[in-house]
Amino acid sequence: MSDPATAIVHPGYGTFIKVWVALLALTGLLVTLSHFGQTTAVWGLLILTPLKAGLVFYFFMHLRYEGPLLKGVVLITLGTLLIFFALLFADVAFR
Amino acid sequence: MSEHVPHDDFGSRLGMWLFLVTEMVLFGGLFIAYSYMRAKYPGEFHQAGEELNVTLGVINTVVLLTSSLTVVLSIVAIQRGEKARSMGLLASTLGLGTVFLVIKSFEWAAKFHHGLYPNSAHLATLPPGEQIFFGLYFTMTGLHGLHVIAGMGVLAWILRMLAKDQVRQDHYIHLENGGLYWHLVDVIWIFLLPLFYLAA
Repeated sequence: MSDPATAIVHPGYGTFIKVWVALLALTGLLVTLSHFGQTTAVWGLLILTPLKAGLVFYFFMHLRYEGPLLKGVVLITLGTLLIFFALLFADVAFR
Repeated sequence: MSEHVPHDDFGSRLGMWLFLVTEMVLFGGLFIAYSYMRAKYPGEFHQAGEELNVTLGVINTVVLLTSSLTVVLSIVAIQRGEKARSMGLLASTLGLGTVFLVIKSFEWAAKFHHGLYPNSAHLATLPPGEQIFFGLYFTMTGLHGLHVIAGMGVLAWILRMLAKDQVRQDHYIHLENGGLYWHLVDVIWIFLLPLFYLAA
């Protein structure tokens, strides 16, 4: 049967523990950057936070092991939200 | 009755993901509202952000990230037929969820003690940007807290199913879907930490 998540070998404990360590390290980096002023904190937010969320989506939520349909559903949703963000700030910038 | 009950695990996961994207849009709308207001009142957001306890925010982040790890390890355990370990890991997730809520309640109690709560007399004396900051803070962390409580309810129900062998090595889609919900709750907090505690 076509079940992308069961068609492959399941990842072991080690993979997820490594991802958890990476998430903690990125959180530490985010907190450290916030001590260098607002601009650095905002850049940390814009770069590191999506990276952390991406790790959770990709590994913990098993998107890595899913087929194109589920990946597409998530990407279309996130893309739509990004378009809303862009439209809002395009409006704010030219007021 | 028939002995064969068909299961469509992929269909179940697809349904769960469709529900999760509605949650993403719900919180996404609030993130957009936050971004607009922060751009409009940067100084007042900074001032109001100083009132929040960064240490508690970071501890809660570590707690939720760890709870996400334990739930995903619980799935690995059941895939390997290690029922007791799977149940222990899932119970740890519930414990960590409780720790998160207790820390959050201490944080909210401290705000209430300082007269900072929705519609309070003290809040009404603050500049508009600070009022909006705390309005968003209570709305977003409160809505997130309700999701944590709902997630704990779902995971507790799945723990019971594990105990009764309704979730087992050859049929664990309920645990996978419950885990997906819990991870999304974690992802939302991943964004809330820098928005309110670090970059405000």
